[in-house]
Amino acid sequence: MSRLAQLFEATRAEQRAALVGYLPAGYPTVDASKELLAATIDAGADLVEVGVPYSDPVMDGPTIQAAADQALRNGFRLKHLFEVVESVSARGGRAVVMTYWNPVHRYGADAFARDLASAGGLGMITPDLTPDEAGDWLAASDAHGLDRIFLVAPSSSEERIALTTEATTGFVYATAVMGVTGARESVGASAADLVSRTRAHTDLPIGVGLGVRSGDQAAEVAGFADAVIVGSALVSKAGESAAEVAALTAELAEGVRRPVVPAA
Amino acid sequence: MPEAEPVTEKNTKDQRSQHDPDERGHFGPYGGRYLPEALMGALDELSAEYDKARLDPEFTGEFARLLSGYAGRPSLLTEAPRFAAHAGGARIFLKREDLNHTGSHKINNVLGQALLTKRMGKKRVIAETGAGQHGVATATACALLDLECVVYMGEVDTERQALNVARMRLLGAEVIPVKTGSRTLKDAINEALRDWVTNVDTTHYLLGTAAGAHPFPVMVRNFHKIIGEEARRQILELTGRLPDAVAACVGGGSNAIGIFHGFIDDSDVRLIGLEPGGKGIESGEHGATLTEGTPGTLHGALSYLLQDEDGQTTEAYSISAGLDYPGVGPEHSWLKDTGRAEYRAVTDAEAMDAFQLLSRTEGIIPAIESAHALAGALELGKELGEGAQILVSLSGRGDKDVDTAARYFKLVEDV
Repeated sequence: MSRLAQLFEATRAEQRAALVGYLPAGYPTVDASKELLAATIDAGADLVEVGVPYSDPVMDGPTIQAAADQALRNGFRLKHLFEVVESVSARGGRAVVMTYWNPVHRYGADAFARDLASAGGLGMITPDLTPDEAGDWLAASDAHGLDRIFLVAPSSSEERIALTTEATTGFVYATAVMGVTGARESVGASAADLVSRTRAHTDLPIGVGLGVRSGDQAAEVAGFADAVIVGSALVSKAGESAAEVAALTAELAEGVRRPVVPAA
Repeated sequence: MPEAEPVTEKNTKDQRSQHDPDERGHFGPYGGRYLPEALMGALDELSAEYDKARLDPEFTGEFARLLSGYAGRPSLLTEAPRFAAHAGGARIFLKREDLNHTGSHKINNVLGQALLTKRMGKKRVIAETGAGQHGVATATACALLDLECVVYMGEVDTERQALNVARMRLLGAEVIPVKTGSRTLKDAINEALRDWVTNVDTTHYLLGTAAGAHPFPVMVRNFHKIIGEEARRQILELTGRLPDAVAACVGGGSNAIGIFHGFIDDSDVRLIGLEPGGKGIESGEHGATLTEGTPGTLHGALSYLLQDEDGQTTEAYSISAGLDYPGVGPEHSWLKDTGRAEYRAVTDAEAMDAFQLLSRTEGIIPAIESAHALAGALELGKELGEGAQILVSLSGRGDKDVDTAARYFKLVEDV
């Protein structure tokens, strides 16, 4: 059983959703990003997504764009990613990497998978790589025992949800709304609908991301999803302090433990 | 008149030529779709609609009427003997895309995609622009066809192409300066993609070059193929033979792929793309993607790319806003690898010399983009020698570049 599967087995046994926190490696610096990730783990994140700062983040809103820019300006290099992942593993945390495809393509999919696995990473989320173009990644993830987390969106057809869940392992990433990353007032009904459409195709756990920023929203999403994924809201706090990151993580961790079951 | 054959999936597939990509948009290894899942539905819809439209006489007829009755096609073929006197005895012919309505080749693709937007029932169009030529063309088509128009333009480009910003606003478009990243064309495309993923239900992204995710590269190429088809016919009429070489500038590569396709099966005709060499390849400040890049993904396709060893896109530089792009259309990457086309870099200085030379010898002020092709033709003429014939894609006119040229040549005081 993959380590992600073990994680979801445990959270399901506790009748709660998992909390997944996103922070970019190297933001604001490589060392500070290790501390911030440690703070999210200590405050209750079940899994962290370590983001790879990238020059052309087309799926990201202003918060994560600015963080990526700063990380790159402060000297982030791809070799630092593995170092950051290793720091999560060393602390007893679980990490997956979230990255646009080109840095992986350039590094070599197999070499990237090898180095991620040896750093203790569990898998990878690929926002601009769908299974259609993922031949190299399917082979590399199989070869190195990594989970490959693909995304489904409210605009995905049934055919595309079938194709995507077929190729996915670990968990499915459901993007709650049509749009880029960023904290939102409400996550929207489209998320619950997408999760229920996706469940018709797979038994994999389903995580919902895009827009969650508070404990109450986390509780709402926990009512219909297996994982609540929080990115921009944590990145905003990361711009303030590790204590702020820990406080928000604790609030979110409390939220995923009191799922609000949607009215039938 | 025989009734048109109904459009079916079968005859849509039969329509594919040997130069078309595979069903998922690959030219050899290049192309494809490297974009978020949220856009896959829209790309599928666009592919399906385009595959039907390209065979539908109602669509092709309306497109042809707009090209002739609105854009002013066919564009002229003009021989440039006084210019060619500097090209080692070769004859040079200019395909005059500068004479199209809005002043460049961009109108061909824009009219095609704007018609498709109407067919898809979408009311809003977004576009990116570098020099402003594509933005102006898009704003024009949207005014004509009653579509809402939003144009993303890098802040650096809104400054160096201020006149085109005003032009777009006159035409009723909203121009949004993009302040992220290098604040040029690459970042304008990023911002347009972010808009598209948010508003995809109502909005068509009218991409301005033969790059991006499938079906854009093949669709944009096909809308521009008319450049090469006309030029081939015209040069045969004028000289009785095919040119020895066809030269075109390559930023994203849309005018080049359009003119190249008129000659792609004429294996004796050399196809030569001229990339922006900026301050010289060795300076590192250039946009010579095919000459200096390596394969990578940007804006939805795998193609040659200017990138560092971590796969971060590096900033391109060119005096020409329209060529200032670190990527290139995927079919050009394939043509490079197969050897069917050759790509060379032309520096700012060489391009500006050709810009001035054409102005003074022929009374035609070219776009600085097109001046790269002209500079390439001067060199080619010297290589090919007496009697060679070179066809140049004069992709746009230089009105928008007068300010840049005035600074460069110090033509007026206090600029």
